[in-house]
Amino acid sequence: MNRKQKNRLMGAIVFIVLLGIAVGLVLYALKQNINLFYTPTELLKADVQPEQSVRIGGYVKKNSVQFDASGQSVRFVVTDRVNDITVSYFGVLPNLFREGQTVVVTGKINNKILQADQVLAKHDEKYMPRALEKKLKAEERHAA
Amino acid sequence: MFDWLKQNFLSTKTFYYSSEKFLPWLSAAFLVFFGYGLIFGLFVAPPDYQQGDGFRIMYVHVPSAFASMMIYMMMASCALMTLVWRIKIAAICMASSAPIGAWFTFLALVTGSIWGKPMWGTWWIWDARLTSVLILLFLYLGFIALRSVINDPEKKDRASALIAIVGVINLPIIHYSVVWWNTLHQGPSISKFARPSIADSMLYPLLAMIVAFFLFYAIILILRMRNQILLREMKSQWIKEVIYES
Repeated sequence: MNRKQKNRLMGAIVFIVLLGIAVGLVLYALKQNINLFYTPTELLKADVQPEQSVRIGGYVKKNSVQFDASGQSVRFVVTDRVNDITVSYFGVLPNLFREGQTVVVTGKINNKILQADQVLAKHDEKYMPRALEKKLKAEERHAA
Repeated sequence: MFDWLKQNFLSTKTFYYSSEKFLPWLSAAFLVFFGYGLIFGLFVAPPDYQQGDGFRIMYVHVPSAFASMMIYMMMASCALMTLVWRIKIAAICMASSAPIGAWFTFLALVTGSIWGKPMWGTWWIWDARLTSVLILLFLYLGFIALRSVINDPEKKDRASALIAIVGVINLPIIHYSVVWWNTLHQGPSISKFARPSIADSMLYPLLAMIVAFFLFYAIILILRMRNQILLREMKSQWIKEVIYES
């Protein structure tokens, strides 16, 4: 490597490092805005206006899903295992919505109940055949 | 090692002649991996316990996403070589990679969207993973656009190399977006350090598809680079010989 090339390489490295620091600082400053949702605990701490739209994420609490008589509107509890928020929703739920699953809910808080406009299901990174899942569940039951 | 590289690849003329030998091997390997991945991924692998048969779009989505990032990494390494050492073949490799990478990014976004609608309940959401991949697509498009407005080939290479290097910052952001921030997109299923959280019967076809996509990239890259070499060095004597021979 001759001197000119060495200088260019150093220049490129310094450039990348400085750029990395700059982008890192920007992202750090924007941390709260990049997060897609509040957890129920964060929401309780946050200062939310009555007509303000918020998005929360968490688990659908076991045995908390209740459909009304028409079967179109649903009420369930979203929890982060510390705090709970009751959600009421009128509309079609996504395929993966079920108790114990994580969901992301957008809506407005009204009388401590989140009136949802949108319910999205989050799925985890696990993929397995149905037979294996049954086996795992049976083993769990056996162990317990 | 370096001498071997230099002899076989670093000059445009030797690259043109030696790359031809690799094409049949790469194509054969591609067919094997792609065939295995397609048949075992679409027909043999069992349905997922939650998503049923819907999870099979993973066999296109994940390899495209992997390829879109790997190609960018390749492009940026070539950009560094272009800027620092002024290696002509690196510039050609960088320029030839961009459209392939852009298409893979597009494919990852489209298949992700089609997957997201039934499973999550939405085509699109501005979460950190989806947004950073969209930015990757814009980086590719910006790179291509910038090249198309500059006429002087050397200036073109240097200016676009700079864009490619700036965009490298986006790669770790894409990768860690699902860890650093809360997102709708789930965490990674395959990671270097932990056992993959995906059953073996589903994992092997996925790995085969990832290899197949990389081989596909290599094949298209070589074809495009050979084309570029012919265009750039149209006036040189050895190209006249190539044309005369055919």
